Amino acid sequence: MDFSLNEEQQLIVETTRRFVQSEILPLEDHLDPDAGSLEPADQDRLVAMTKSMGFYGLDIPEEYGGPGLDTTTRALMAIEMSQHRAGLYNPCYGVFGGAGLAQLYEATDAQKERWLYPTLRGEKKGCFALTEPSGGSDPARAIQTRGIKDGGEWVLSGSKLYISGADKADYALIFARTSDDPGRNGVTAFIVDTDTPGFYVRRVVHTLRATHYATELQFDEMRVPEENILGEVNGGFAIANDRLSRQRIPYAAGCIGPAIRAQEMSIDWAKNRETFGSPLAEKQAIQWMIVDNEIDIRHSRYCVLEAAQKADSGERFRTEAAMAKLVATEASSRVIDRCIQIHGGVGVTKDLPLERWYRELRIRRVGEGPSEVQRLIMARDILGGSFK
Amino acid sequence: MGIRLEKAWMDLNAATIASLPAQLGVYQVADSQGTVLSVGYAGARHLFGIRSALEEELHLHGDRATKFRFEFTSNYRSRWDELLMLHLYDHGQLPSHQQAEQSRVGRLSPN
Repeated sequence: MDFSLNEEQQLIVETTRRFVQSEILPLEDHLDPDAGSLEPADQDRLVAMTKSMGFYGLDIPEEYGGPGLDTTTRALMAIEMSQHRAGLYNPCYGVFGGAGLAQLYEATDAQKERWLYPTLRGEKKGCFALTEPSGGSDPARAIQTRGIKDGGEWVLSGSKLYISGADKADYALIFARTSDDPGRNGVTAFIVDTDTPGFYVRRVVHTLRATHYATELQFDEMRVPEENILGEVNGGFAIANDRLSRQRIPYAAGCIGPAIRAQEMSIDWAKNRETFGSPLAEKQAIQWMIVDNEIDIRHSRYCVLEAAQKADSGERFRTEAAMAKLVATEASSRVIDRCIQIHGGVGVTKDLPLERWYRELRIRRVGEGPSEVQRLIMARDILGGSFK
Repeated sequence: MGIRLEKAWMDLNAATIASLPAQLGVYQVADSQGTVLSVGYAGARHLFGIRSALEEELHLHGDRATKFRFEFTSNYRSRWDELLMLHLYDHGQLPSHQQAEQSRVGRLSPN
């Protein structure tokens, strides 16, 4: 495969890199090391900049007003946008805008008017409520939240766990079991306003990602109108699954940025820090760590770009996306670990971003399908469907 | 595990503050009636952690602030948000000088 960038991609990459270096890094110097947001005035100023650059709402489809980037260009941008302290989970602090829940692009016109378009205008926020206390890696079988039809409404009861943004969301996309089928054919997706009686955010779930929390939700006989069903009754899992596959490429790409930045920091450090009468960079132990970092970074980049190119060309990319997710999350974790070792004591302090990347990258090996699930997906494709 | 800050109140004065370890964490500052004046955190930008943060509170509130309680945690950002949400749930609004935070604080309905 040819991974060289075309002229437009080169320009976009350079513009994004300049934006991070000139606009994000100087602000970040003054923020708490675990900050998850900019000051409102800075946020507004930078959003105005990305809008004028034509990059706002990166993931919004072109027909809805987005910039119409292909997956490869989007992945290249993700690599650049994540090269700062908060970049792994909050690239550029969100000033490039969001796209809302991707599933809403499949909604009915009435549903789009009520939830999608206000989201794209920045008037509403949604959250994605799939995982339950009973499990997250096999959602089709783990979902125990029940939806029972009662006249023209559905009554939802159950709970969800590790849900991001539910406490601030205006609506939630909730997956519930609506038939006796114990697997993927018995799940329905509901769009539910969070002020619906019976919707509760019960607790905050603290994680390694200290700047941001997840939540636990409870649904207590929550009545939802029939017209709030997204897609078909018992067809919800396909909607959830589509997101899980497509998300893997930008998710993987975002892990590479911190690894690149950490490697640059480590090279600088190794050239300037002296021990036993010579720079660290002259020690073979350090040289090998730097080389191993480079191998991990390039391997991750190749896997991400291969998956992205296959997605762009309309080919099947499920195996490649799973491989990219697995390789990028695990390789980037190794890179950050080595960079901390190269830096020594200062590497584990909050003076540098390495410790935050170290904590947050650990989550990436679990989130959006853990490494073991990615291997399972690849094994199915390599061995064939009969070996489940 | 309880989600509210239920540690014992301590007198807020220079001597008590100086006796604290310079750790990161969250705290509440209250007046003599027990009205919470601040829900805050001591982050990595505070030179001496909770000591520096409480000195700022003492400077901000003066004699009104008479007591405090704290909890050490490296997850001070998310724990701070949680305490703000709980305060909002319990009192309907945040302490007066923290009203600006209200638009970004989420909703919680603890059992």
